[in-house]
Amino acid sequence: MPNDLIIRIAGEGGEGVISSGDFLMQAAARLGVEVVTFKTFPSEIKGGYALSQVRVSEEPILSQGDSFNILVAFNGEAYAVNKKSLTPGTVLVYDYPGGDFEPEEHPGVHKYPVPMSKIAKDVLTSYISKNMVALGAVAELFGIGMESLKSSIHDKFIKKGMEMVETNYKAIDAGADYVRKNLKKTDPFMFPTTRPRKDTIILEGNQAVALGALTAGCRFFSCYPITPATSIANYLTELMLQVNGYVYQAEDEIASIGNCVGASFAGVKTMTATSGPGLDLMSELIGLAVMAELPLVIVDVQRGGPSTGMPTKHDQSDLFAACFGSHGDTPKIVLASSDVEENFYMTIEAFNLAEQYQTPVILLTDASLAIRVEAIPTPDPSKIKIVNRTVYQGSIEEGEKFQRYKVTESGVSPIGVPGTFGAAYAATGLEHSEDSGPRTNPETRTMMTEKRWRKIANLENEWKPVEREGDSDADVGIISWGLTQSVVKEAVQRLRAKGLKVAALYPKMLWPLPVKAIESFSASVNKVLVPEANYQGQLAELISAKTSVKPVKFNVFRGEPFIPAEIVKKVEELYELEKAGV
Amino acid sequence: MELTVLNNNVQLKPKEYRSTIEPTWCPGCGDFAVTAAICNAFSSLGVNPDNAVLVSGIGCSSRLPLWMRSFGFHSCHGRAVPVAVGMKLSRPELLIAITIGDGDAYSIGGGHLPHAARRNIDLTLIVMDNQIYALTKKQVSPTSREGMKGSLTPFGTLDSPMNPLTLMLTYGATFVAQAFAGNPKVTGDIIKQAIEHKGFSFINIISPCPTFNTIDTFEYYRPRIYSIEDLHADKTDRINAYELAESSLDHTKNPEAKVPVGVFYKVDKPTYDSKVAVLKVKYKGTDTPDLKAIYNRFRA
Repeated sequence: MPNDLIIRIAGEGGEGVISSGDFLMQAAARLGVEVVTFKTFPSEIKGGYALSQVRVSEEPILSQGDSFNILVAFNGEAYAVNKKSLTPGTVLVYDYPGGDFEPEEHPGVHKYPVPMSKIAKDVLTSYISKNMVALGAVAELFGIGMESLKSSIHDKFIKKGMEMVETNYKAIDAGADYVRKNLKKTDPFMFPTTRPRKDTIILEGNQAVALGALTAGCRFFSCYPITPATSIANYLTELMLQVNGYVYQAEDEIASIGNCVGASFAGVKTMTATSGPGLDLMSELIGLAVMAELPLVIVDVQRGGPSTGMPTKHDQSDLFAACFGSHGDTPKIVLASSDVEENFYMTIEAFNLAEQYQTPVILLTDASLAIRVEAIPTPDPSKIKIVNRTVYQGSIEEGEKFQRYKVTESGVSPIGVPGTFGAAYAATGLEHSEDSGPRTNPETRTMMTEKRWRKIANLENEWKPVEREGDSDADVGIISWGLTQSVVKEAVQRLRAKGLKVAALYPKMLWPLPVKAIESFSASVNKVLVPEANYQGQLAELISAKTSVKPVKFNVFRGEPFIPAEIVKKVEELYELEKAGV
Repeated sequence: MELTVLNNNVQLKPKEYRSTIEPTWCPGCGDFAVTAAICNAFSSLGVNPDNAVLVSGIGCSSRLPLWMRSFGFHSCHGRAVPVAVGMKLSRPELLIAITIGDGDAYSIGGGHLPHAARRNIDLTLIVMDNQIYALTKKQVSPTSREGMKGSLTPFGTLDSPMNPLTLMLTYGATFVAQAFAGNPKVTGDIIKQAIEHKGFSFINIISPCPTFNTIDTFEYYRPRIYSIEDLHADKTDRINAYELAESSLDHTKNPEAKVPVGVFYKVDKPTYDSKVAVLKVKYKGTDTPDLKAIYNRFRA
């Protein structure tokens, strides 16, 4: 489809791969085109294989897509990694002569050699403008509005002075000029038709989390640097000061969650962001927040584990850790987000639920989502619901004691905040009675454990945690979570377009598991497929444990997300088996 | 939110700072005297209990906030300091003090001390040092003397004791003091000075355990304790403070050595929270931000 185009730029980290992609996406957004990016890069500061992919379309884009239409290869490794995907009809733009490789014969592939390094070195006397030469060539080849491209370059470099901007313009023009004079276009691909610029903002996944937190009223954030969560803090540092909040770089993850627990006790909305290893370190204090019944948001940007694993790669394997981490019976809420826009709104929901139920909320995102870029409709703050905890305004008689942990029908008790007369209490991780005094008798233990769990017992009904789409009488139903949902959405569209009866359920809350929704969805389909980017099938296991449903697992654990074609193929197989009565 | 932490309109007697919960400590525990000293300090400062938070970790001494009428947080083992830091940075107008034991402060929580101290966060850290783990029934602590027998070291510990005073001076604490639970009046006065000090203040209070530590008792310390107030005029002299702090440990090697109490070091430096306040002004911090304008910075 010429109006749905995937451009993959691949090369070595530090060669400008990522920034080329960013300029393309920015230009596309300015041209009113739908755009989503997909990036991978190594854990090293410099070197190693990196790719930046930009998908543009006239229609809304649901996932990063299956593969690419156009490969821009900066070096031999980039070519070698991707050459198996150079199927007939695809395009290869590559650095030649002057680059470090010459491609093999690829029948049916449109090849455009552009001497990127040579032009950069000879004409511009700067090797570092190689990516800009490539960008100019790509813009010329596929008809990307040069003005938009240049305006995004201008905005990025103007801080460094007009000379810097001009140098980059020169490189862009040199690339475009080379294509005009030396190459003949043989492929059919053209950039989608441009439309009036929409009221959108461009956000990375982690940026969306940061803005969501700010919107929800978060005014204290403490963290310890860890890939791929750190950029949430980077985005928040200055913004927080502008709203009289503060981002604190703690000495370790234990300290950072401790800081948040303290700030929450003090009455301030607070969040930390981490990844798997950090989440482990935070477990004990998450338990403390559960026991002290304090609102708290923990964002876990998942990466490949166990241990240091693959810090920059996609994985969805912290679900068990999020639901079951921390010792003892710890009722907490676990949410997951599937795309950039949802990162924004789900972060706000996480705060709302934390405040309402006085308990920690863990929001799961992942390494790919953290750096995925989308242009999303500019949010309207006046339409966003914000929940604040109901603070007890001391009105007790002298000599009475504030019942901080009063046993109520909902399980939620009045909360006291320092500085309020009559609301003083001592929070404790010890089991305690209604007035927060330590107690270990069986009655108190039973009553308080039930009270804490009662808070989240009815969450499935109080907060609509699932979305459903597809046929009401589907043969195959898919249940997925996190980023995989965005891939499944595209797969469902393709399958239904082929005439298959499929449906999908997208749980946004994974703990407590929305059991009723899963049961009723499963009852409406013949087979249930659960694709997840982990080895164990963690959601599938939860479903098996908590419901009567026995899902079919489908797992990848390679450090890269599913692609829609994989889901399509798997569902088609299940569909055939279903039809054959197997 | 403006609060007057040291509210002179509040005229509470020391005992009025106590909650109705009775301490569970053993009879003769030094921590009773520390509690009394904190109450005395609060009373003489006119602290409003609704504006004060006592934060603790785990251990005998860490139960202290539960016996008090102010706000309190009995948190996790070793994590009182980060919990208190979060409170201070999010609500700088509150009075926040940490009341923990030597195991909690110097062992499991030891990694947090350098950072709270070097950042000069306006907190008061009160360590009740009984040189033993008591709640878990007699294990040696980082301040136990070499050779002390504990349940895990029946042969006598091989460890050398650490000196919390020299450590905190090295870490950059701006107020470093030692006190003795056997003298609650002096202890109360040092706590008062620590609370008044703007910045990270630290007091190691020798607070004997009558149940599990039969060496470092009130009787052992009483004749050895001496005040440094008279001989140590310039409290901003860190080298002098180091020398005095070093001598504090001599008694483990030299049974005749004296044990100094008083304020070893006190300097004025900008607090972390005051620097944050300056930053908020610099970045035009507002409680009523225009979110729409913030979003627009990310426009395509």
